[in-house]
Amino acid sequence: MSDPITRPGVAAPRDGADPTGTGERPASATERGIGRLGDRKKARLDELARASADKGGVSLVRDAFRRLRRNPVAMFGAAIVAVFILVAIFAPLLAPHDPAQRFDELTKNLTVDSIPGASSGFPLGSDPLGRDFLSRLIYGSRQTLFVGVLATLIGLALGVLIGAVAGAFGGWIDNILMRFTDVMLALPALLLAISLVAMASKSSQWTVILAVAIVNVPIFARLLRGSMLAQRESDHVLAARALGVKQRSIVLRHMLPNAMTAVIVQATLTLSTAILEAASLSFLGLGDPDINRAEWGLMLGVDGVRYFEVRPELAYYPALAIIVVALGFTLLGEGMREAIDPKNRR
Amino acid sequence: MLRVIVRRLLQLVVTLIALSALIFIWLRNLPGGPVDALLGERATPETRALLTKALGYDQPILVQYAKFMQRVLTGDFGNSIRTGEPVTEVIGRAFPATIELALAAMIIAIGLGVPLGYLAARYRGRLLDNLSIAGTLLGISIPIFFLGYLLKDVFTQNIHWFPPSGRLSTGLDNTNVTGFFVLDGLLTREFDATADALWHLILPAFTLATIPLAVIVRMTRASVLDVLNEDYVRTAEAKGLRHKTIRGRHILRNALLPVVTIIGLQTGALLSGAVLTEKVYNWGGLGTLITDSISGGRDYPVLQALILLAALVFVVVNLLVDLSYAVIDPRVRVR
Amino acid sequence: MQASRRKAAVALAAAAALAVGASGCAKSERDGDSGGAKTGGTFVFAGASNPKNFDPIFNDDGESFRPIRQMYDTLIQNKPGTADLQGALAESWEHDAEGKVWTFHLRKGVKFHDGTAFNAAAVCFNFDRWYNMKGAAAQANMIYYMDVFGGFAKNESENAGKAVYNKCEAKDDNTAVLTLNQYKGAFPGAFALTALSIASPEALKKYDADTVKQNGDSFEYSAFASEHPVGTGPFTFGGWDKAKGEITLNRNPDYWGEKAKVDKLIIKVIPDENTRKQELRAGTVQGIDFPAPADRKALEGEGFNVINRPAFNVLYLGINQKNPKLKDLRVRQAIAYALNRQQLVQTKGPGGTKVADEFMPDTVLGYAPDVQKYDYNPEKAKQLLKEAGAEGLTLNFYYPTDVSRPYMPNPQEIFTVLANDLQAVGIKVNGVPRPWNGGFKDDVQTFGKQDLHILGWTGDYNDPGNFVGTFFGRAKNEFGDQGMTEMFDAITKADGTVDEAGKKAAWEQVNRDIAAKWLPAVPVWHAPPAIVVTKDVKGLIASPLTDERFNTVSVG
Repeated sequence: MSDPITRPGVAAPRDGADPTGTGERPASATERGIGRLGDRKKARLDELARASADKGGVSLVRDAFRRLRRNPVAMFGAAIVAVFILVAIFAPLLAPHDPAQRFDELTKNLTVDSIPGASSGFPLGSDPLGRDFLSRLIYGSRQTLFVGVLATLIGLALGVLIGAVAGAFGGWIDNILMRFTDVMLALPALLLAISLVAMASKSSQWTVILAVAIVNVPIFARLLRGSMLAQRESDHVLAARALGVKQRSIVLRHMLPNAMTAVIVQATLTLSTAILEAASLSFLGLGDPDINRAEWGLMLGVDGVRYFEVRPELAYYPALAIIVVALGFTLLGEGMREAIDPKNRR
Repeated sequence: MLRVIVRRLLQLVVTLIALSALIFIWLRNLPGGPVDALLGERATPETRALLTKALGYDQPILVQYAKFMQRVLTGDFGNSIRTGEPVTEVIGRAFPATIELALAAMIIAIGLGVPLGYLAARYRGRLLDNLSIAGTLLGISIPIFFLGYLLKDVFTQNIHWFPPSGRLSTGLDNTNVTGFFVLDGLLTREFDATADALWHLILPAFTLATIPLAVIVRMTRASVLDVLNEDYVRTAEAKGLRHKTIRGRHILRNALLPVVTIIGLQTGALLSGAVLTEKVYNWGGLGTLITDSISGGRDYPVLQALILLAALVFVVVNLLVDLSYAVIDPRVRVR
Repeated sequence: MQASRRKAAVALAAAAALAVGASGCAKSERDGDSGGAKTGGTFVFAGASNPKNFDPIFNDDGESFRPIRQMYDTLIQNKPGTADLQGALAESWEHDAEGKVWTFHLRKGVKFHDGTAFNAAAVCFNFDRWYNMKGAAAQANMIYYMDVFGGFAKNESENAGKAVYNKCEAKDDNTAVLTLNQYKGAFPGAFALTALSIASPEALKKYDADTVKQNGDSFEYSAFASEHPVGTGPFTFGGWDKAKGEITLNRNPDYWGEKAKVDKLIIKVIPDENTRKQELRAGTVQGIDFPAPADRKALEGEGFNVINRPAFNVLYLGINQKNPKLKDLRVRQAIAYALNRQQLVQTKGPGGTKVADEFMPDTVLGYAPDVQKYDYNPEKAKQLLKEAGAEGLTLNFYYPTDVSRPYMPNPQEIFTVLANDLQAVGIKVNGVPRPWNGGFKDDVQTFGKQDLHILGWTGDYNDPGNFVGTFFGRAKNEFGDQGMTEMFDAITKADGTVDEAGKKAAWEQVNRDIAAKWLPAVPVWHAPPAIVVTKDVKGLIASPLTDERFNTVSVG
């Protein structure tokens, strides 16, 4: 639907030589124009792209990793993320009960306006349907991770595809693709997700995942393209080209792997926003309709809000879990970004 | 130059027509819809058929679209299915509400964010700095609707400082001029209405300000830190200029440049946040309108108009920016 | 963590609170009339959504009817707090043996708000207006008229049937005689429908009431419907401020019945139930409709007056016999036995909810006290499934999202619990959520895609036909019950019985047979909706039909 908009404007110069020599295509007038609202995002992405593309090779990654390890804040983030992933993996071992089972002990005292709290065997008490709240929280990490990771991966895959094509070929393909991503980048993320869910004929867990994923497509596309463009002029690609390596294998073997560092950093940051966005959609009533599924965003956005006065814990715990995990991914991601930033190399 | 404008305008028209057709057909092919929404449980095959016919949904989709375009060209976007009012009125009412909220949030975010960011940078590594970093991190990690619920619970239910929802107190006899209630009160000299509107505005605005505030604090801090390391600041210091002068003339002025850019670019995040904030506080702005139009029975006319409006604003702004670049930037003009 | 921000927030908040204090003064001066007197003052009541318009005949939803009820009267009305009938604009009424000729003896000396006289001519003007309504747009908005009278003088849709209405004659000023082509069980209850309120003929003519224009996807109503509604009710129309979502009604000093105690009634539209509750607590509204079931106890504890309306609704689990396995009565019975409805009522029912054994509440004529009951019995369910050879059954269970109805405050939770019960007896459930306005009703009622679904109904008047007849009076895709002609015949016969005792017996038998022989669905519960008012609101009488008239209400 954005296609007609993305048609290159009259004022847009043909993309070609790179007179500035920074490896970055000069922002054409139209590009700057259309991307006004997304400029900040763009600027940040481009910077990240350049930073990671600055120097190829293993040493960079090793360097960055070393710097990352010395950053206590980033390590704190990494620890949160690690715990989160471990809990998700070992949920069946950690959870005392089946998250979908209703217990007579809990339903006995359950009414619509009172939800039993902690009792023996149920440390956090009941959920609104007489199921073990603790087990649901623990299992919730799985679904939350699933939604977050899948949304990020799908966004990443599509974004990488678009970005790689644009970055590898340049020219009018680049022009059109970037125009398209700029439009998407400029739209408010949540509104875009809402519209996508609204346009879907039936909502399910997958509409949520896809909506959140598509919001992230332009981010990854722009990032990857920037990184590839920067590399097109870099020494190791020039060398490869001079040696007569085929275009395709230059892209696949040399440019793409190098660009991936930046992409992985961005993916880490995206995981945090993906989890928050999924929760927001649930709150707006556009999320996963199956309340049987234990997922933090769903637990907070539906049960938590509905029973806020009856038992605020139903909101507090999933909210806390979301905040901590989002924080973890943010800290880790920013630490990684700092680590690969050449400015910080000493 | 004129040719460029004409061409761009033509492009704009084509874009909008294509987009409107796409949205129109897409929405109408979704299951359910206004007939369902209007009839509730009471739908019988008879009433359903009658309503389908009365609304013209039994006609071919292209005929429906042609009729729609015909009306749109006269400035008539139809009436909301939920409320029966003209769509233009519904949107016209929601628009100032959202702008008022967004502006207030921006004022809070800037008013607090810039000084805080500056202080954090100046006292780098001290308690204030660490606190503000922690605060901003939390600010971007907390689901904004949850924060809204917390604030609402504390400030309206536990301590009754603010009203829980809406834009004005019930039964307040105010005059509506612009739809911006704070401004209206000033214009009509009904200062109690202004105070009342402000009183309603504060909590939602603070909620919405969370994310831009966090971003602005971090940006200001980073930017000030950058500038502090610049040679000209060191030179100024070496010259023995007074701190106040350095701060005002050198540091702040230079550091604020990227911050100003960022402020302009927070619009998108602000609108996303507005949808959630408006729902928490029943604000009655565009955010409430769009979610209600979706879940409250697929209010086609409102949804269509909203999406088209967004597209129009977007395309026009884009056009203006392009043209202004052509005017301002000689390099572009030369090409 | 956020200390710095919080501190700033608190400081600003304090400043704002000062400003508030100032504005508060100005405000109280402005509406100083809301003082503590027993009569007078303003009653602000929060509803859930905007009304469509104020012409009774063009409406079919409770939120539109709320203001309409205050401005208009019907010929017969529901006795406050019940679904029983009593005289209103008609002091009394009678019908002939066939139930086709209805004579209404009208109240004398009643005036419409515009000063014109209410009389038999006015009554007949209204009936004739409905019957002769022209245009698809206007007819399509007359949902209740269609329901009761079946058709128009000239039908705009081929689907509509022959009109039940024949003519109305003003025998004298105070006697209106209505002639019908056919008796229906709906009478006389239907005459109490708010949609069939009597409006001022002068105003109807003056403000062009019959004009309904289709404009794109919606309708535009006349000036009568939107700005000049004129009836005989206890309140007159003051204004509708759409920007603030407020409908203002003023006391009608010339009302024929008990005159309103408050001077002004404001109906404020607050769509979000949570916000309604908070506004009530903040004291900005004195009454709210449909509090969330979860909030009722808390509100009661805070000293609010939570009034449960007698339940006049039913939630049912629909079974679709399009699925051949479900054609077997034993399988349907197994489903009924599998459901632990008692537990559902206890854990998820709003206060006062009762398990339903029939498809209508026990206050309705024809409720049989001795129908076959299906108490929770998973063993029996398993056994029946085995006998029917339907073990390992997999069923598609459709449930709505994006909706909350009085009989179904939270469909997703109800589905989850019911599905759990079914799974416990070995029926595999495949849950299919669909948005209420985004395909649920289409899929379930028009296409019959489901095996099972949950849906319900709130009654309009005291008549079994309005419940059981609506569900099972004819073949529907909703139940895939095209083969159950015996049931349709029995219901048609019961509905056509004029004599009261015969009618009662016929419906009781229908209810018994539905439970034991037919079981096209399983009734789940009757859930009373509530209304909440502040302590100082007195005299509000909650109605099972949500037919509350606020003339008896006083504030303070």
